[in-house]
Amino acid sequence: MKIPVLVQESFLIASIQEDLSDDSLLSLRDDLANLISRHRATGIIIDVSAVDVLDSFASRMLRDIAYTARLRGARAIVVGIQPEVAYSMIMLGLKLTEVDTLLDLEEALVALRG
Amino acid sequence: MAERVTIDTDSDIVLARKTVKAVAASVGFSPVEITELVTAVSEIARNILVYGGHGVMEFTALPRGVEVNASDTGPGIPDIDVAMQDGWSSGTGLGLGLPGAKRLTDEFEVTSTSGHGTPGHGTKVRMVKWKR
Repeated sequence: MKIPVLVQESFLIASIQEDLSDDSLLSLRDDLANLISRHRATGIIIDVSAVDVLDSFASRMLRDIAYTARLRGARAIVVGIQPEVAYSMIMLGLKLTEVDTLLDLEEALVALRG
Repeated sequence: MAERVTIDTDSDIVLARKTVKAVAASVGFSPVEITELVTAVSEIARNILVYGGHGVMEFTALPRGVEVNASDTGPGIPDIDVAMQDGWSSGTGLGLGLPGAKRLTDEFEVTSTSGHGTPGHGTKVRMVKWKR
């Protein structure tokens, strides 16, 4: 299942749905890297508010997306991590310290417009 | 009665998460407890795929908990104590699979017979999470 990417202003917005497979996350990482230049995007927002599990693989993909975006001249922000997902990530030992996070899409748009 | 999921491809990880989520909900787990257990199952399912290549996961509803039994026929883990340390990984992950899953559940046992070609080799993980 492919994760759709919307373009708004100079930002790419990807909303990850509930049952994400490892393969769909890998494609998202590759798609976003290519879409940055096609749309001359300066920001990427990854919305995970519909996601009820972020395990180590998903977290690594989010980190990879953020790194790749930075190397391609764009800033990536992850929004919508649910409270129970946050607790589980802490228990699992995930840190995501290198990735910018904000509460929701609205906040991320404000931050990216700077 | 146990729900059984065969792990052969990455979409089976999604199926394992879905299946254990339904079992946990049927026992009356809270949203936090469900997410903790589903996250642990996701890690173990991926371990099966990455290290074992093929395996089976079984989810059993208990009166106040859920029991998970996972087994694969992979090469096994040479040193379980080392594999249980944070950050140890022989694969492509973050090395949080086993220790992370242990922290997310209440009972956690891993047994492994290492060595290809040995009859009965592979890794077994048993986890139980109790409703608080």
